[in-house]
Amino acid sequence: MNIIEEDTHRIESSIDPSKVMVEITNMNKWFGAFHVLKNVNLRVTAGERIVICGPSGSGKSTLIRCINRLEVHQQGIIMVDGTELTRDLKNIEQIRSEVGMVFQHFNLFPHLTVLENCTLGPVWVRKLPRSEAEKIACRYLARVRIPEQADKYPGQLSGGQQQRVAIARALCMQPRIMLFDEPTSALDPEMIKEVLDTMIELAESGMTMLVVTHEMGFARRAADRVIFMDGGEIIEENAPDRFFDKPQNDRTKLFLSQILSH
Amino acid sequence: MARPTPSAYEPGHHPDLPPPPGSTGVLGWLRTNLFSSPFNTALTLISLWLTYKLVAVAIDWFMLEAVVEAGSRAECRELGAGACWAVVATRIDQFVYGFYPEAQRWRPILAFILLVPALAPVLFDRTPFRNRMLWFSLAYPAVGAWLIYGGFGLPVVDTDSYGGFLLTMILGVTGIVASLPLGILLALGRQSNLLAIRILCTTFIEVLRGVPLITLLFIASTMLNYFLPPGTSFNLLLRVLVMVTLFAAAYLAEAVRGGLQAIPRGQYEAADALGLSYWRTTWLITLPQALKISIPGIVNVFIGLYKDSTLVVIIGLLDPLGVARAILADAKWNGLSNETYLFVALFFFISCFAMSRYSLWLEGRLSTGGR
Repeated sequence: MNIIEEDTHRIESSIDPSKVMVEITNMNKWFGAFHVLKNVNLRVTAGERIVICGPSGSGKSTLIRCINRLEVHQQGIIMVDGTELTRDLKNIEQIRSEVGMVFQHFNLFPHLTVLENCTLGPVWVRKLPRSEAEKIACRYLARVRIPEQADKYPGQLSGGQQQRVAIARALCMQPRIMLFDEPTSALDPEMIKEVLDTMIELAESGMTMLVVTHEMGFARRAADRVIFMDGGEIIEENAPDRFFDKPQNDRTKLFLSQILSH
Repeated sequence: MARPTPSAYEPGHHPDLPPPPGSTGVLGWLRTNLFSSPFNTALTLISLWLTYKLVAVAIDWFMLEAVVEAGSRAECRELGAGACWAVVATRIDQFVYGFYPEAQRWRPILAFILLVPALAPVLFDRTPFRNRMLWFSLAYPAVGAWLIYGGFGLPVVDTDSYGGFLLTMILGVTGIVASLPLGILLALGRQSNLLAIRILCTTFIEVLRGVPLITLLFIASTMLNYFLPPGTSFNLLLRVLVMVTLFAAAYLAEAVRGGLQAIPRGQYEAADALGLSYWRTTWLITLPQALKISIPGIVNVFIGLYKDSTLVVIIGLLDPLGVARAILADAKWNGLSNETYLFVALFFFISCFAMSRYSLWLEGRLSTGGR
């Protein structure tokens, strides 16, 4: 318990709300001839929690995948923690080690145990000694509440547990920014809550987060800003209360009526 | 009423009931698999009778009527009507060593014994002192070559005299050990983003796969001399080893590529997202998974390579089939091809079956539950 509090404290004390973590300027991207991202501008400051939503095919996943260059943008500038994303491989690997990512389908390494999944990055990218990496891994596995599964293989865990391991794996790199790409979309309904709880805790600890999700409850509770995308453009962005209660754009209203009608 | 019907229970208080009698256990198995209908019952009985007849005849020929000690085929026939194993027994040395000089045979024997501790840590991850033993495995190729060929204090035994199972083992073990890393590199090269490397690897694979091994062996035995600078003589066995290795590597590359293609894109993305470089991702993430998937295909290539080593008889090397041919040409044993070839077949079957079992065991050992 002490460790977790200490850890939370460490993150909070390092937050400088005036510091810009991600800055995207006039960014465009095409898949072949298809214009997926159109003139996107986005600025995220340290400690901000952003939720990105929108209909499927609106480019929201592509947008956050551009931030750690899983997708390559063709025009515009992306700055991450003060460094511009360029073709240079060293620069990309450096930025990737500062940006954690959680995927829809977990993408854990099935041939490695949970502990090995979590120590892989710290040992091979951060060059930490194995013993120290394991200490960090155990701390984060405790934080996502599955320390007892450390020696199991991902295939032996439930979907919710796997996703929490994936979150722990990303946190073990001690990133400055966390990206979540529809983290609960592949989960059975009864497992969504355990993952959202973990994410809310992380949000409360002061982590800078960009989350693509349709979980509007999470957005209301944890987000500082909600961004609505459609057709590759950012259509509307606002604080969660205003976004849900007084949407401005017709497309936003239509989208909200579709997902909130039940 | 002995057992209450399931509907008599309150919801939430339903105990587990045993399955109906005769549907599980030995009786259930017999009933479902052998005697499920009158027709199947008849088939079962006929099969049992045929099996009994065949086994009785086989036991007679192989064992009860067989002759183990005799000086010639004619003597065999006087002693019994079954197999004449004497042909194998009297020429067993040739089958094992070819013409390797008798005084030096302790060397291949020692090399073979040392092969066990060299292979154990590679094949079995629970070998005691595995990390230290692996150093020995690494040194074994040099140690084995030194023992069998000689030099550095040991009299040199020329490669022309190697034959029989010794030759098969040299070709098989060297080919397998050398072709695996080469095949993996070729598979990675064929998937490379660099055009030059991709074209080079693809061409190499397609050319070697598109040519029969015999052709390659002929090239090794005759044509290679034309390409080498005059005056250099390159040992024939060495040339054959190179060809067999390259041939197997081309096939392995395709088996491994199949495994690499089965790795979901998410695995690469997750590795990228952690900031792992290409080689780290390959070594730590994709290759271990790809090799595990390709185990059946890889072992298939190994078994093929091992058996194809008998083709060297065509360029005049004395492998077990060459020995068998030489024996059958001897007037004393003329005509005993059944016994001779069955013996060779048994040797190959035991080796190949062992490889096949090992691969099954390894698949089980590496399975980590689900995906």
